[in-house]
Amino acid sequence: MKHLLGVRGLDRTELTGLLDLTDSFRAVNARPIPKVPALQGRTVATLFFEDSTRTRLSFETAAKRLSADTLSFSVGTSSVKKGESLKDTARTIEAMGVDAIVVRHSASGAPWQLARWVDAAVVNGGDGWHEHPTQALLDAFTLRSRFGSLDGLRVAIVGDIAHSRVARSNVWALSTLGAEVTLVAPRTLLPPDTGTWPVRVVNDLDAVLPDVDVVYLLRMQFERQGAALVPSLAEYVARFGLTRRRADVLRPDAVVLHPGPMNQGVEIAPEVADDPRCLVLDQVANGVSVRMAVLFRLLGAGPVSDPGGSGDV
Amino acid sequence: MSEIVLLRGGVVVDALGERRADVVVVDGTIVAVGPDAAAGRSGTVLDCDGAYVMPGFVDLFTGVGEPADPTAETIATATRAAALAGCTAIVVAVDHADPLDGPAKLHHLRALATDAACAVVPAAALTLGAAGERLVPMAELAALGVRIFGDPHGVEDPTVLRRAMAYAADLGVTVALDPVDPLLAAGGHMHEGAWSSLLGIAGIPAEAEELGVGRALALALRTGVRLHLRHLSTAASIGMVTAARRAGLALTADVTAAHAVLVDGDCADFDPAYKVAPPLRPGADRAAIAEAVRAGAVDALASGHVPVPAIAKDVPFAEAAPGGAMLPFSTSLAFDPIGCSPTGAVTVLADGPARIAGIDERHGGPLLEGRAGNIVVFDPNATWTVGGSAHPSLTDSTPLVGRTLRGRARHTLVDGIAVVIDAEAQR
Repeated sequence: MKHLLGVRGLDRTELTGLLDLTDSFRAVNARPIPKVPALQGRTVATLFFEDSTRTRLSFETAAKRLSADTLSFSVGTSSVKKGESLKDTARTIEAMGVDAIVVRHSASGAPWQLARWVDAAVVNGGDGWHEHPTQALLDAFTLRSRFGSLDGLRVAIVGDIAHSRVARSNVWALSTLGAEVTLVAPRTLLPPDTGTWPVRVVNDLDAVLPDVDVVYLLRMQFERQGAALVPSLAEYVARFGLTRRRADVLRPDAVVLHPGPMNQGVEIAPEVADDPRCLVLDQVANGVSVRMAVLFRLLGAGPVSDPGGSGDV
Repeated sequence: MSEIVLLRGGVVVDALGERRADVVVVDGTIVAVGPDAAAGRSGTVLDCDGAYVMPGFVDLFTGVGEPADPTAETIATATRAAALAGCTAIVVAVDHADPLDGPAKLHHLRALATDAACAVVPAAALTLGAAGERLVPMAELAALGVRIFGDPHGVEDPTVLRRAMAYAADLGVTVALDPVDPLLAAGGHMHEGAWSSLLGIAGIPAEAEELGVGRALALALRTGVRLHLRHLSTAASIGMVTAARRAGLALTADVTAAHAVLVDGDCADFDPAYKVAPPLRPGADRAAIAEAVRAGAVDALASGHVPVPAIAKDVPFAEAAPGGAMLPFSTSLAFDPIGCSPTGAVTVLADGPARIAGIDERHGGPLLEGRAGNIVVFDPNATWTVGGSAHPSLTDSTPLVGRTLRGRARHTLVDGIAVVIDAEAQR
């Protein structure tokens, strides 16, 4: 694996290998000094064209725990606002001698182009509406840790699928690992054509809640009501919000995931967010371990380049 | 001293059919067509063995850039690329940044074109500055020879468009439109469908074009204007145009080579080279476009050439400018893979566009004694690869990069002068 650009196209062996590696790094992170010399002398750059303190910190923490050096570029501090093309920016950063570039961009596909222009490994830290592979990996890891396996797990992804890179990456990751994925949204918040996707699509949340093991709630953007996609947030909550009443219908062992940050009172009621079945903090904690696994897979040498390798760290 | 060109040993293909014949051109005019017509004459002999001798091709709405942006393409580079593709004339597309909307810009364009490698035919905007509000001096421009009027992105206000059509109908000029509903297309970067869904790219639905076609047809029907629809890209658009023609509307239409050859799935790697306007459509639409070309359901196969500087493509897909170099390649694509017969190719590459451009007295039409020597000798079996320095256009970005094409213009005669010999530009 040279880059991690997306989950679509990764097979079950590759995904399982990354999750197994994540297990090893979670063990590292449980130590009193959570640091290994695996990537000593390597440099990881984060190149964020879109603000995301959480994702950036997670990647930088992961790199540091692997003893890599980190460089941080963002639109506010670099020249990307001065008419420099993405290609120029990428080449400039590479000239500083980086081994990996983690890129976050508001335009779908930007990491693909970057990967054509640079020799460094490229990690997609989220591109437009397209993919957010490390988010999906950490979600899959969180579910595997809870349920042991994703085979046959019934997952409902609820909300604004159309504009969600988290939803797309999770569709590929969860279904490849054996889960049965159902998309729940009004037609206006679904991608225009999901005919080839390995999913079931419904628009009635109440009809699916009693039967699912996992409810994955997406963040509902306030501006969607201005674009005639939903009449109002109130109507959205009435049809698709995980209210207290709806949470009561869930199976006792069901769990709730959310990529954060949550709009409490919109897609999730505050008391549901505080429910122990809501695994949001597990997701955040696992994020660092997953990103360590990804960076190690791309930059580390040795036995783990074997896709089935299970964490000889 | 007369300028004599002897086209020897080819197969003449025009609206009258195919026949083995030499063609003799003296001082810009065809003086003899027939088997061995070149025998015993002296002059410049151009070998036509194994090739078709056809009326010169005419490209509708070639994007040039100059004068607004001569870094993208100039009249000189565009006409050289056109001549190499076998074109003896191009209709210069109205530039959105600097639309031709009055006599001064018309004179400027003609001055730039004095040394061009092929004929340069101006098209004018419909409204001043292509702003969609006030009409250009249409009668004045028509008197100066402009036959086609249209704003580069259409006219949003139907009242303005309806009045422009009525005014144009009086003058007998053609109104050319890009059929698109600008509000429905707004914010989109590729065809809306299965691929845009996978890639997470905002889509342009087929309906955006089909609403534009429907609106143009409805307005043209009652004004009686000569309407030309540019660059149709969906199967339903072709169906609407075919029905309107059956109903007797004075309507012409073109499609571009890209839409007959490429599909939305070509955008799968986010390569902005495949971002064009209108967007590449799915396979079923592509097949309908190619069939419309073969069957003559549209009048012209245009290159859809839109020069884009490299810097406008070295950015993410959503931020990239649409367009790319097509002019050097589109005439080859007509034969393979689109699959036009030789006479079919003459219809969509020469006769149809020449008529739409209003230049059919000198371009297109049968190769007969007394007609102008605007001729292409096309070798259907020559193979060549797109890319690298062989690229005659100033624009590097093309969705065809790396492709091997079959069929190439061997010689091009513009007004009896060989501007391309053995696939090499002579000026």
